[in-house]
Amino acid sequence: MKSIPKDVVIIGGGPAGLAAAAELRRQGIQDILVLEREKTSGGILRQCIHDGFGLTRFGESLSGPEYAARFQEEAGRLGIDCRTDTMVISVSPQREVTAVSRGGLVRYRARAVILAMGCRERTRGALAIPGERPAGVFTAGVAQAYLNLYNTMVGKDVVILGSGDIGMIMARRMTLEGANVKAVFEIQPYPSGLPRNIQQCLIDYNIPLYLSHTVTGIHGRERLTGVTVSRVDERRRPIPGTEREYPCDTLILSVGLIPENELSRGAGVTLDGHTQGAVVDEYFRTGAEGIFSAGNVLHVHDLVDFVSLEAERTAGAVAEYIKSGSLPPCRLNISCGDGVGNTVPQKISGKKDVRISLRVSRPFRDCAIQVIQNGKVIVSSPRKGNVNPAEMVQVSVPQSVLAPDGNLEVKVKC
Amino acid sequence: MERRPGKFFFTFENLCPILILVYYRYITEISIKLKKEEDPRGGFPLETCMMKDQFDVLIIGSGVVGSAVARELSRYRLKIGVLEKNPDVCCETSGRNSGVVHGGFAYDPGTLKAECCVEGNREFDRTAEELDIPFRRTGKLLVGNTGEDLKSLKKTMKTGKLNGCRGLELVDKSTIQKLAPGVQGEFAMFSPMSGIVNPFLFTIALAENARQNGAEFFFCHEVTGIRREADQSYTVETPRGKFRTRWVVNSAGLGCGVISEMLGIAGYRIAGSKGNYLILDKRMGALLPLPVYPVPSNTYMGIHVTPTVDGNVIVGPDAEYVKDFTDYGVPAKNMEELAESASRLWPFIRKKDYIRNYSGILPKWVDENGTVQDFVIEVRDDAAPHAVNLVGIESPGLTAALPIARRVVKLIGQREPLTAKKDFDSSRKGIIRFSEQPDEKKEHLIQENPDYGEVVCRCETVTRAEILQAIRNPLGVSTMTGIKYRTRCMMGRCQGGYCQMRVAQMIRDELGIPAEKLLYSRPHSNLFTGEVRK
Repeated sequence: MKSIPKDVVIIGGGPAGLAAAAELRRQGIQDILVLEREKTSGGILRQCIHDGFGLTRFGESLSGPEYAARFQEEAGRLGIDCRTDTMVISVSPQREVTAVSRGGLVRYRARAVILAMGCRERTRGALAIPGERPAGVFTAGVAQAYLNLYNTMVGKDVVILGSGDIGMIMARRMTLEGANVKAVFEIQPYPSGLPRNIQQCLIDYNIPLYLSHTVTGIHGRERLTGVTVSRVDERRRPIPGTEREYPCDTLILSVGLIPENELSRGAGVTLDGHTQGAVVDEYFRTGAEGIFSAGNVLHVHDLVDFVSLEAERTAGAVAEYIKSGSLPPCRLNISCGDGVGNTVPQKISGKKDVRISLRVSRPFRDCAIQVIQNGKVIVSSPRKGNVNPAEMVQVSVPQSVLAPDGNLEVKVKC
Repeated sequence: MERRPGKFFFTFENLCPILILVYYRYITEISIKLKKEEDPRGGFPLETCMMKDQFDVLIIGSGVVGSAVARELSRYRLKIGVLEKNPDVCCETSGRNSGVVHGGFAYDPGTLKAECCVEGNREFDRTAEELDIPFRRTGKLLVGNTGEDLKSLKKTMKTGKLNGCRGLELVDKSTIQKLAPGVQGEFAMFSPMSGIVNPFLFTIALAENARQNGAEFFFCHEVTGIRREADQSYTVETPRGKFRTRWVVNSAGLGCGVISEMLGIAGYRIAGSKGNYLILDKRMGALLPLPVYPVPSNTYMGIHVTPTVDGNVIVGPDAEYVKDFTDYGVPAKNMEELAESASRLWPFIRKKDYIRNYSGILPKWVDENGTVQDFVIEVRDDAAPHAVNLVGIESPGLTAALPIARRVVKLIGQREPLTAKKDFDSSRKGIIRFSEQPDEKKEHLIQENPDYGEVVCRCETVTRAEILQAIRNPLGVSTMTGIKYRTRCMMGRCQGGYCQMRVAQMIRDELGIPAEKLLYSRPHSNLFTGEVRK
């Protein structure tokens, strides 16, 4: 099979891929191709018919499809080649991208590849939730797609496990469609979604949220008939004797998102056990030459606005890489100190201003995010009020405070 | 309802043939109405038998054995029907196991288990080729550490040799490491003839081959009664109609005891031995080239790890007698213990690689002391003539299915002459899997059928073409799990998170099933309550 040369191949036409493509074009890179497996671009935004997107980026509240449309229109204006109905089935370390469509099998040889495949939902099987296996157990995103894209109602009496944002949004959505959402149960002692969703999707609809609770039994041979819910101790183990039965025909799981990095693995990209995305430097460059990563495939974001902004920064680096053929080395590693769950990037050059995105590993109140190099606190960024693992935190580190040598540590100081 | 009492019926027919036609028309209409309203399969046309047909053989249960019996009997000029209570084949024990083609060394010499297993194993390459199913003769390791283990393995080897197992050998630690790096054990017995098969596709292929050769399958037909008529034929009752047949084959698996009693054969005690399993991500498949077992005890193979033909790893089973033969739930405690126990054999089991868990229940025939007995393949000419009774078909039933089926044919053939069909075709073609083809073949497939260019299931790279072929399967199965087992869509690490909506829509579009009628797996396992908006 012949390989078609391309400057940049972007895998995934969701918010990250589209934003990256537009930015590349604005920076003068012409030979770009976006490969999208769906019939239309837009990624997960297509099924997010609620509003609240774009507040940071556009200063207004848009629905998912509206937010996506901004980028689709931009891509259209810029004449970006976006191949839909095209599934990438492999990426080689030499940046050979093999894609399948109804037109056949195509191989592209790219000077740079941007991985923008997004993430998938954690499933019942991955969590090993015990019990029977009737119909009526759905992940939140699947339920959302069934309702919003396929016009099918997944159930009437609903229990939700996990207080992830999509789970809370589905609590509201199903209530609006006439379902009885009985409760949301969260195994952690704190919510895993954003405060605004707790208010707008649960409190406003009188849906109770139980923290430190989990589902310990699933009942029904055919369709779900109910779940057993138990309180958990501080180590997240169910406490015997606290079981309560909830009759329901539907269980919705909103129990975490996993960056979808199977293609990245095949391309020889090193992954970070914390983010489950690629290990990248400040140029969003992975360990594999010429392969970059952006959006939820790199680390799961809280807001799509940050996905777009990050993808544009990735595109800026890729444009520089295409123009100059290389990027400066990044040898300073960033490690997660106390209270920090993960960071992106994981490596920096020390020769540029950088912005570090991170998640705290547990809730904090009135604390500071500190960046430490060579035993010295070089940045201390105070945070008023609550900082939750649900939100992505960003810290700017100016080049002026960075020493040319010495790894960095990011931690929470209270 | 289907038929009026015989005497009146015949009088009526003799007197007024025109009226009887009207009457038939009337009951047919009623039955069509009922089908439309009550069809638990979600609206797919039913082949409900209204006693019009007289079968030569009715097979009860379409697990791997029932399907194999149907296939082997379809070599002869017989009208064959298969009654299955579930909406698909292999919904129970046949689809819920390790998928291992056993060597046959674990069973007492002279037993049917030993005999049928060795026979089935030897011919499995041909079986797999005829049926176009994935099978790999991987070999298998039984790993031991102690002097006791060694003694036990030597005994197993001796038994195996008596049973006719080929190539069994004791291997040392370094050979273990060559065969399966990382496996923990001082020595092992290696069985080169053991292998792995996809148990769903094996059963489906047998059933499809039987169908192709004329056997009829009736899903969602649970047998509720069997009556022996004066003419020695049987009337088999289901909630969806009665069936008349000259022969009955009881291949009801977990229900074999109940069906035995319906046939008038009492006294079989069936114990259900439940085993739980974990399924690991395909990433782990590359690390395990062959099944690795501990040293077996008398009747239990022990918790083992095995690769699947599709590249996953399965961990299990534990074993526990259960009363409820329909509860396939996997308890949390069992999952933890499985991982812990199997980690002693193979130290790569991590919770982050779990993609699913499942369980299966083996129907074991036990005597009054609880001792597990051999397979039963019998015709009780006294108590139930013209009924082949299969009891206690547990492991190694998958390996032994075709040999068991041939013994069933033989028992029937000893009692009446069977005429071979000239046009019997032993080969069945499966659905070509796009993901397993080389690039040139992939291109060729797409050129011939562009649906092969539309990848629906991302994790397993299953295309629209494959799913459409599965939806149009020869058995008329229309459940989500039916399509899943035929194609592997929804079986990957995202468990249908990406593709299940598309698959559901494709089934509905292809078969014209309204949302509220689409079934997930069993009767009444409806996936949706309806549409959001009309």
